[in-house]
Amino acid sequence: MAAPWAPFAATVTSFLFIRGRSGLARSRVAWKAAATEYRKVAGPQLLRLVHTTSTTQKKNVATSRREEYTVAFIKKQIEEFNIGKRHLANMMGEDPETFTQEDIDRAIAYLFPSGLFEKRARPIMKHPDDIFPRRRVIQWGEDGRPFHFLFYTGKPAYYSLMHEVYGMMLDLDKRSDDLRAKGLLPQKNKQDLIGSRWLIKEELEEMLVEKLSAQDHMRFIQQLERLLTLPCGSTEEEYIHKFRRTIPVQSKKKLIQPLQYDEQGMGYSSGEGKRKTAKAKVIVYEHGSGRIKVNGIDYLLYFPVTQDREQLMFPFQFLDRLGKHDMDCTVSGGGRSAQAGAIRLATANALCSFASENEVEWMRQAGLLTPDPRVKERKKPGQEGARRKFTWKKR
Amino acid sequence: MMLRKVIRLISKSHKLDPGHFQHLGTRASQSTAVSLDAQVPGEKSRAISRTQESDPAKHGEQHLCQHYSIPLEELKTIFPHGLPPHFEMQVKTFNEACLMVREPAVELLHYLKKTNFANPAIRYVLYGEKGTGKTLTLCHAVHFCAKQDWLIMHIPDAHCWVKNCRDLLKSTYNKERYDQPLKASTWLKNFKTSNEQFLNQIKIQQKYIWSKRESIEEGRPLGEVVEQGLNRVKNATDAVGIVMKELKRQSSSGSFRLLVAVDAVNALWGRTTLKKEDKSLVAPEELTLVHNVKKMVTNDWHGGAIVVSLSQTGSLFKPRAAYLPQDLLGKEGFDNLDPFVPIQVYNYTPKEFESCVQYYLENRWLQHKKAHTEEGKKELFFLSNSNPWQLERLCAYL
Repeated sequence: MAAPWAPFAATVTSFLFIRGRSGLARSRVAWKAAATEYRKVAGPQLLRLVHTTSTTQKKNVATSRREEYTVAFIKKQIEEFNIGKRHLANMMGEDPETFTQEDIDRAIAYLFPSGLFEKRARPIMKHPDDIFPRRRVIQWGEDGRPFHFLFYTGKPAYYSLMHEVYGMMLDLDKRSDDLRAKGLLPQKNKQDLIGSRWLIKEELEEMLVEKLSAQDHMRFIQQLERLLTLPCGSTEEEYIHKFRRTIPVQSKKKLIQPLQYDEQGMGYSSGEGKRKTAKAKVIVYEHGSGRIKVNGIDYLLYFPVTQDREQLMFPFQFLDRLGKHDMDCTVSGGGRSAQAGAIRLATANALCSFASENEVEWMRQAGLLTPDPRVKERKKPGQEGARRKFTWKKR
Repeated sequence: MMLRKVIRLISKSHKLDPGHFQHLGTRASQSTAVSLDAQVPGEKSRAISRTQESDPAKHGEQHLCQHYSIPLEELKTIFPHGLPPHFEMQVKTFNEACLMVREPAVELLHYLKKTNFANPAIRYVLYGEKGTGKTLTLCHAVHFCAKQDWLIMHIPDAHCWVKNCRDLLKSTYNKERYDQPLKASTWLKNFKTSNEQFLNQIKIQQKYIWSKRESIEEGRPLGEVVEQGLNRVKNATDAVGIVMKELKRQSSSGSFRLLVAVDAVNALWGRTTLKKEDKSLVAPEELTLVHNVKKMVTNDWHGGAIVVSLSQTGSLFKPRAAYLPQDLLGKEGFDNLDPFVPIQVYNYTPKEFESCVQYYLENRWLQHKKAHTEEGKKELFFLSNSNPWQLERLCAYL
């Protein structure tokens, strides 16, 4: 299997290399390119792809020129990506036809484990469209005459979009007059709009590849809202849906484990929790008298500080189950406060199995089920600690 | 804080003996923490948490979980130095001294009532986890014996004698040993307060020479030895030694009964933090006081009883989780104390816990709105894990 490996390795490495290079691209360090620009457009206008040669053939000088990717280059990247995807699927023993992006991510994380904290610095393998940023083409021809009639507005894509929407509104007005005359007005249903939101300014900018101001964005959304008030047909609905995004469900549905039963028939539920470097595993028994053992030691002896015991008490007190459950915990790592916090999270997770749906939702809102993301911040060079600087001496 | 002072003033002005139930109505109507229509539960809570029986001799099964109060005058004579500091503060705050009757205490009192004074003194060792009530059980036993007119030799905390001592004198009696004049004189003072009536009755049976010019003849009352110790601080430790020797010798005669109560007895066999002039550590055997107390605690005399308790709290170089006799006493101590009757003291039972909380509520000590509700009590129960010391710390004032 030596032969397929080599091109695959090259593909992957080229991808990784490219990712690194596009990382550089993002930070706008220029490098030379033969320039045919490539661009995807949303909307009916097609801007012609023009071959231009870069007039200044500078070699790897850091100027503030923007990089250009040729069409052929991007196409080649896409081909390489697809081939690499199939190779990766073969390597992982999966079916190349049904290899999704999530499978790719998992495979890369498995093959190239990285300990870097910054997730964006880790190796990734994505479709070139996601990696290479879209750039605006040069919008005038050799004679210097711009292609788009709205070029001199400064934001041709935006204004053409507004123009289009207004055109649609006028059409709909005309049609609705006709329909009202005939008496066949279609009913509006608001169901389609629930669970989705309008594009935000950044997303619109990304779509149009143009800088917009807040007022521009506001006017655009207002236009769309006005469009919605008119009786829309299905084409209009489709058009509008292009500018809406679904809102992700806010409360992540927690998988609640059912109660397990041990040999004596006592129901119990287990939970895990983490806080800073402390990890805790907890078993809460269904019937009990409030006896708690941490690492085999009574919780009064293990946590002499009242604050830690209050943390242990919180989940039970919240659900009003203070004397009703027994608990066995194992905890390791961290300090005393971190261990208390870890056990608290683990207890809350375990108590979800005993509590009703509403109570679980209340616990989530109270913050009992959220792991605390705070960790120790790293010390930076040139400073004494994470934030503390060295003593400043005037001379 | 002002409100609490005002409320305490109100409660002091309506100070009642434990026996007057009919005035409970007025008390309840003026209290802010207890609800106004809680007269009947107030009486019931009194019935749970208090008892009128203030004589420990009559405490039995029916008085379990109830507080009995010690009159303050008796407190001054019997316990000049025996009570734990937090308890003393509580006595000062509430203006009454109430102890809870608990099972280990009732058991101990039962044994003490049955003592056969012809047999050698039996040693009773109170042990238990930190803060479960060993010292107060000891005090209960001391109160009982005082009421029965025993002679009380109460060493409040043997740990005090093995640490934090600035003045170590080389003993004149025995070159190897060291005296602690200040500690000895404080103890003599308290001993005198608690056992006034015996000091004149008991006569010493040997001549003791203090120095070239001072001596005590045979037949003089023991009070004079004590006086000598108090006047001459240098001889205080030797005075203590003489007192102990005489009492031990004479208790067998039967004219009085002797109770030796030592709290934190594990200090006698542990290590000390005291240093000699050449910076070497002092072993406990080299301290005269410790040596004498060890002699008292051996069971080679009869006519009384020995009640001791262990304590990790002030102990030196012992891990926090240690509470069993063999852990705290070490091999040497255990062998010395060996045959003894162990009595374990536990955390509060739910009934005892309820009674304690009721007692605090009656004295208006718990000022939180939710203190008298079920949830509040459950919270206290959880946070303290029904450990008496922990409960007291939780309810304490800052």
